[in-house]
Amino acid sequence: MDKFLLYSNEYPHILSTLIFLPLAGAILLLFIRNESFSRYWALGITTFTAILSIPLISAFDKTSSKFQFVERVDWIHSLNIQYVVGIDGISILLIMLTTLIMPLCVLASWSYIKTRVQAFMVCLLIMESAMLGVFMALDFVLFYILWEAMLIPMYMLIAIWGGPRKIYASVKFFLYTLAGSVMLLVAIIWLYIHNGYSFFIPEMMWHNYSSTAQIFLFLAFFLAFAIKVPMFPFHTWLPAAHVEAPTAGSVILASVLLKMGTYGFLRFAIPITPEATMTLAPAILWLSIAGIIYGGFTALAQSDMKKLIAYSSVGHMGFVTLGIFALNTSGVEGAILQMLNHGITTGALFLCIGMMYERTHSRELRDATGVGKYMPIYVTFLTFFSLSSFGFPATNSFVGEFMILAGTFEHSIWLALAAIPGAVLAAAYMLRMLQKIVWGGTDNPDQSWIKDLNIREIFTLAPFLFFVFWIGLGAQPFIDLIHVSVENLLTKYHGYHGQIVAVTNLIIQ
Amino acid sequence: MLFLPELTLLGASLIIFIISLGKADGDTTNNIAIGLGVAIFGATVLSYSQTGKLFFNAYQVDLFSQVFKTLISGAMLIVLLFGYKLRGIPVKVQPEYYLCMFVSVLGLMMLVSSVELLSIFISLELSSFAVYIMVPMRDESGNFRFQMEAGIKYLLFGVAATGFMLFGMSYMYGLTGSTELSVIVTKLATIWDTPAAVIAMMMVIAGFFYKLAIFPFHFWVPDVYEGASNETTAFIASVPKLAAVAMLIRLISLFSGEGKIILNVLMVCAVASMFYGNLSALIQKDIKRMLGFSGIAHAGFVLLGILTFQITGYANAMYYIIGYVLMNLACFLVICTVSENGENLLIEDLSGLHKRSPIMAFTLAVGLFALAGIPPFVGFMGKFMLLTGAYVEGHRTVVILAAINTAIAIYYYLSVIRVTYASDPEGRASVYPTVLTSATSVFLLAFIVIMGIFPQQFVDYAATVIKSIM
Repeated sequence: MDKFLLYSNEYPHILSTLIFLPLAGAILLLFIRNESFSRYWALGITTFTAILSIPLISAFDKTSSKFQFVERVDWIHSLNIQYVVGIDGISILLIMLTTLIMPLCVLASWSYIKTRVQAFMVCLLIMESAMLGVFMALDFVLFYILWEAMLIPMYMLIAIWGGPRKIYASVKFFLYTLAGSVMLLVAIIWLYIHNGYSFFIPEMMWHNYSSTAQIFLFLAFFLAFAIKVPMFPFHTWLPAAHVEAPTAGSVILASVLLKMGTYGFLRFAIPITPEATMTLAPAILWLSIAGIIYGGFTALAQSDMKKLIAYSSVGHMGFVTLGIFALNTSGVEGAILQMLNHGITTGALFLCIGMMYERTHSRELRDATGVGKYMPIYVTFLTFFSLSSFGFPATNSFVGEFMILAGTFEHSIWLALAAIPGAVLAAAYMLRMLQKIVWGGTDNPDQSWIKDLNIREIFTLAPFLFFVFWIGLGAQPFIDLIHVSVENLLTKYHGYHGQIVAVTNLIIQ
Repeated sequence: MLFLPELTLLGASLIIFIISLGKADGDTTNNIAIGLGVAIFGATVLSYSQTGKLFFNAYQVDLFSQVFKTLISGAMLIVLLFGYKLRGIPVKVQPEYYLCMFVSVLGLMMLVSSVELLSIFISLELSSFAVYIMVPMRDESGNFRFQMEAGIKYLLFGVAATGFMLFGMSYMYGLTGSTELSVIVTKLATIWDTPAAVIAMMMVIAGFFYKLAIFPFHFWVPDVYEGASNETTAFIASVPKLAAVAMLIRLISLFSGEGKIILNVLMVCAVASMFYGNLSALIQKDIKRMLGFSGIAHAGFVLLGILTFQITGYANAMYYIIGYVLMNLACFLVICTVSENGENLLIEDLSGLHKRSPIMAFTLAVGLFALAGIPPFVGFMGKFMLLTGAYVEGHRTVVILAAINTAIAIYYYLSVIRVTYASDPEGRASVYPTVLTSATSVFLLAFIVIMGIFPQQFVDYAATVIKSIM
């Protein structure tokens, strides 16, 4: 077991601290009945968590593909379930994204949430614990528990503080995600029985499970993760949930929750079922293309800004799955980078729309036309984020999408050609929105009463802009973090198939 | 000392009986009943580590029976605590109501100690008859009479199940010439596959299927749950189920691993219970009916542990039923508190509960999420261990069907949580739970979470307990 793990002498309990600090903060907050205190408390806890997570980057060993900062405690002995957490290149960026985005979510809810503030902050903090745990868990049961437990606070965020159709949206979100992951549970039990009664994830990887078993396992993974991503035919919960969720909920949903699906593909589907991945990858690649094109066209037709961004997410996540299942270095690295980029850009766009909503109490594009004249700071931010969203050079998404498309070209030129219109569509719908918000037309509503962003809002958006340009202009440090893990994944994947081909040849001879 | 809990119960029943002769007002009766409940619980705890045999070996006091007696009296105490106003019961019959409850619990306690067919039968009947009387005891001021229908239904189905059981017992006696379980096992061991032995066993089990509400002995559930007062339903939905599971474990553990036919029958019953319960629960409007159907589905899950014929499986089943009773009591606590005059609650009556009483809404949400099997609550761990146990024994189809059922079940639990959290109260009055009720709910919630996060200790202990009767 220890051949997969790297313990850290310097920071022996850093991961557990990150998981349990927000949870402890939430539990303490339960006993406090002061609204303004709970805002500061949540901000303090999430900021502190963000600061504590910085050593992960500095002490991360970029030359190793092992799981690092590992902690391991026996939890349920009779079933051999352990509390074991660790991170590698695939998860580190997502963890950093989560810890950094949470304080900004608290800031974004500062005046947006007016009722039951304390309960809202409790939900946010529990969400943070569960999300971090999902990316760190190395025991399948631990992973599953956190994966499911996350649904409760997210459901509450939408159902209590959501918009007019919050009931429909929250129930749909909950049902889709839960129904999707039920078969994952059966798959976990199957893997447990076939791995010497152990739930330890790294030991489940790269085994010669029979082809039929792999196909079934892969389908179970696919159902759970494709719903979370969401991939094309399973995406219908997303626009509803995004539109009705409060701003912070949308940001968490877009920036972190969607990434769990693609993270699941990388962490589980490819290493545990490589043969099925090979068999089914073409279907998934074309589904990704369908998602890109479909998301683009649907976004083009939206008059509701939040819906527009939600459908654009379907398209962007289509790029991510495209990169993952291209199964070459630039594709997978681009996909991981794009997961981060999408978290930053789309999160920021949802924040922008939330800020507009706080002023006009409408998400309709029509009501926000022509505010450029009165909100110069706002539209500056919005412009940069919109440019980033459709992958304008020098912004973060350009790097990610470029790498994904390069990887896709390597894999198949037809797929790459089919994906190109998606990039054009992205430019079309983002520029359309941007044009309307900044200038509008001759029939703009009277916007002169609108106030520009205040200091708090600028502080909320500024970090996003910083990362847009940092990744856009110097992505190398980020790629360095993930490179070894991705290489290791792909080497083993291709090695696995090499082995199978060799064995088949031997049999034929 | 061996017989202390039962004697305390008898004493308590006598005290209540004397009260019923006079004209005590409601509050005095309630307080006395709670005091007696505490005393009974104390007595079970005191005699916790006793072992021995009584009444010519027909009555066995062992760790297994004592654990279940403690659980039964604990569950009864919780029902007494949160239902202590007895809003749905006319004041003049309240002493009789408590009398019946104590007698029924006495029957259940005797049941978990019985190791002989006749004593099993007598204890089961003692517990059932008392409940038959409790069901129709309901305030008629609201002009609803369906408690009578419920009472009759409960009685008729109960008698039918008893008939099955007696018939099965007569077969057992005919095949083995004895009524003692220990003798029956050794004699039956050679003829497990003969039709007579299978039929005898299935018919005896049927009596407990009725108590646990497993398909096809579930028909009484929805109407009785709806017709009986909220407090009675809380009692029926929790306390007898503990004893029923105890007896199922005691009976089925006797022939571990033998009998392919019985295994198949149990599997069919388990899966049918799950599907029937969950699918019917989807369309219910009355929350007690919904919980009744969900109870049928959960009983199917318990069976999933028993049909592994392994100690771990029995331990999982025991863990699950304890968890189920806790979650169910949490839900009924809310129902009893929210229902102002003991009337039935529709799901929509819970609208906006999070504004009317945050703690009750929270209790209900945790209880329902736990019943739905969402981690980190006890419901998830229980289901997970049952599924794993059954899969390890190779029952893959059953596991997949059970997993599908978890997905179906989510919807109706969620639709209750939806109205409590996402709807507006629309003028419904606020709810003010008493300190005692709030404390009880905090206690239940704490246990639901603790059992969910640290299942190891509980399951290990359950396994030791079960080993003591193997």
